[in-house]
Amino acid sequence: MTTPRRWWRGASFRFAALYALLFATSMAALGAFVYWSSIDVIERQVADTVQAELRGLAEQLAEQGLPRLREVIEQRSAPGGDTDNVYLLVGPGGRRLAGNLSTWPERARPDGEWLRLELYRTLEHTEPVEVGARAFELRGGARLLVGRDLGAREALRRTILEAVAWGLGGALLLGALGGWLLGRYLLSRVETVSRTSRRIVDGDLTQRVPLTGTGDAFDRLADNLNRMLARIETLMTGMRVVTDSLAHDLRSPLTRLRSRLEMALREHDLEHPEKPGGLGDADRQVLEQALSDVETIRGTFDSLIAIAEAEAGITRVGLARVGLDELVAELGELAEPLAEESHCRLVAEVAEPLAIAGHRQLLAQAISNLLDNALKYGCDGGEIHLVLAREDDRAVLSVADRGPGIPESARAAVLQRFVRLDESRSLPGSGLGLALAAAVAKLHESTFELQDNAPGLRVVWRFELAEG
Amino acid sequence: MRILIVEDDAKTADYLAKGLGEAGHTVDRAGDGREGLFLASGGDYDAVVLDRMLPKLDGLAVLQALRAAEVETPVLILSAVGHVDERVKGLKAGGDDYVVKPFAFSELLARIEALSRRRGTASAQTKLNVADLEMDLLARRVTRSGKSIDLQPREFKLLEYLLRHSGQTVTRTMLLEGVWDYHFDPQTNVIDVHVSRLRQKVDREFETPLIHTVRGVGYRLAAEA
Repeated sequence: MTTPRRWWRGASFRFAALYALLFATSMAALGAFVYWSSIDVIERQVADTVQAELRGLAEQLAEQGLPRLREVIEQRSAPGGDTDNVYLLVGPGGRRLAGNLSTWPERARPDGEWLRLELYRTLEHTEPVEVGARAFELRGGARLLVGRDLGAREALRRTILEAVAWGLGGALLLGALGGWLLGRYLLSRVETVSRTSRRIVDGDLTQRVPLTGTGDAFDRLADNLNRMLARIETLMTGMRVVTDSLAHDLRSPLTRLRSRLEMALREHDLEHPEKPGGLGDADRQVLEQALSDVETIRGTFDSLIAIAEAEAGITRVGLARVGLDELVAELGELAEPLAEESHCRLVAEVAEPLAIAGHRQLLAQAISNLLDNALKYGCDGGEIHLVLAREDDRAVLSVADRGPGIPESARAAVLQRFVRLDESRSLPGSGLGLALAAAVAKLHESTFELQDNAPGLRVVWRFELAEG
Repeated sequence: MRILIVEDDAKTADYLAKGLGEAGHTVDRAGDGREGLFLASGGDYDAVVLDRMLPKLDGLAVLQALRAAEVETPVLILSAVGHVDERVKGLKAGGDDYVVKPFAFSELLARIEALSRRRGTASAQTKLNVADLEMDLLARRVTRSGKSIDLQPREFKLLEYLLRHSGQTVTRTMLLEGVWDYHFDPQTNVIDVHVSRLRQKVDREFETPLIHTVRGVGYRLAAEA
């Protein structure tokens, strides 16, 4: 009955995706936080170093003047000094006086602000390196730039990004796996419940949802469901007992009544052998009438029980594969001479083999009830159509006549037990034919509809096709 | 025929015994399941009428015990439980036929008489005949007085059923069951119209009719009325 679901719509997949997403987002957030705070710290350290260097140089300048500053810078930028530091001292004309930079960078304005510069440094660097620096204008028009390589910051950045990338990958993988496992676990428990309920819907009332014994939410759900099932089973068994004992208690006296009448009839015939089956014999007529009444009671009674049982789904266990096409063709053939007697034509159209899960006997009875109705009420127009066709993945049976039809307002009502239209009360019938058909439709989980055939009645019955 | 009636309702049993006796059969009676099983196990009955609900031992249990003991006497189950699945259950347990209460005696009698016949004849017959009517089951051909009769497949099956039960009364429900395999009660005269069509082909052009109507019960295929 279940249609195959696409894998990406399954709950397992959704769990896995959700978990992976959650893990990855938190991993990315953590990485970003570490990154921004570390980068900040490194840059502040570089700035502090540059500041200290400047302070030292400023002291030299103040105490001993420009030549000494030039000397100190030469010293510090010599190959033995800290290679990460950058110095440049230029004269008022822009001529380089000392330092390890060849030219004054264009962007560096000598206003004492913190700058980030991309510089081509000495020989070993072919790519520009990032440098944090400050630049000042000295008295007399000379300019000084002191800076420090930010390469350490770059290296850290790379390390952190790498770590975050690995972490993200891992998180996605673990998240997906964890989500999938959790999803599968949850689903397997839900599936147990749903499998059990499906079997119950199919009529096996003894089924119960197994408990794991942990007393968790699923166990509580299963427990409640089991209690509900026990209740339904009690009700169904009760119903069964009522119909069975009603059947027994009513059928036994009916059997005796019928026996007595038949015996009386036989004795009557033995006493009056001169009139074998004599019509016009008053006693005999009374007995025959009584017998026919018993027969009517029995018919009504059987139909009522069949309807109740079909509605309660008791007969669901008996569902088997039924070739609806063969059944419909057969029933059409069975009713055809009857139609001819009523001077109308029964046109049966069965397009292709269509199998459903059904109860052959009940279906046969329901369909022949529909045909009987069509013959009884819809024969005036001359043609009755019995059609079985395929519509997507459903089998559609329709019985259409050209009779007076059923007004829209009465269509729901006539599916009830004993409801007959006023116009039909004069004709024989129990008012149970359509009710039985509707109950059998319900048993088959099919849809049953009365429509206007303009003019006439069209009964449309749609079945799910059997699998395979 | 020797018939055993296993029925706890004394009135129904009386009536059955009387009716079957009048129809020329010898009848024994048992009032509960255990006694029924004991008598039926003796084995020399031609048919057993077995109530479904019995004191001491349930009807189906009796039937299963009989079949387990390889007693193959035809059994007709008489039941107050009507619906079709119960019928299937009864037949699966080894029953040969299933009649729901309240039944018409004529229906029951016809079915009992059909039962003994079913067990007796081998199914290997290839030709069936009554008087000058002949059916060849292999060639699927029907002739009367040497004259070929053209039948539809369903008419052929109907005539075959009547021929297999020739001389016996068959009821309308027996025909619906035997020929169409439907177990519901035909509210209409649907069987009658099929028989009347068959009659047109089999009897119309001949002097002596073979298909006879048994008033209020059904039909009988026989050389004489």
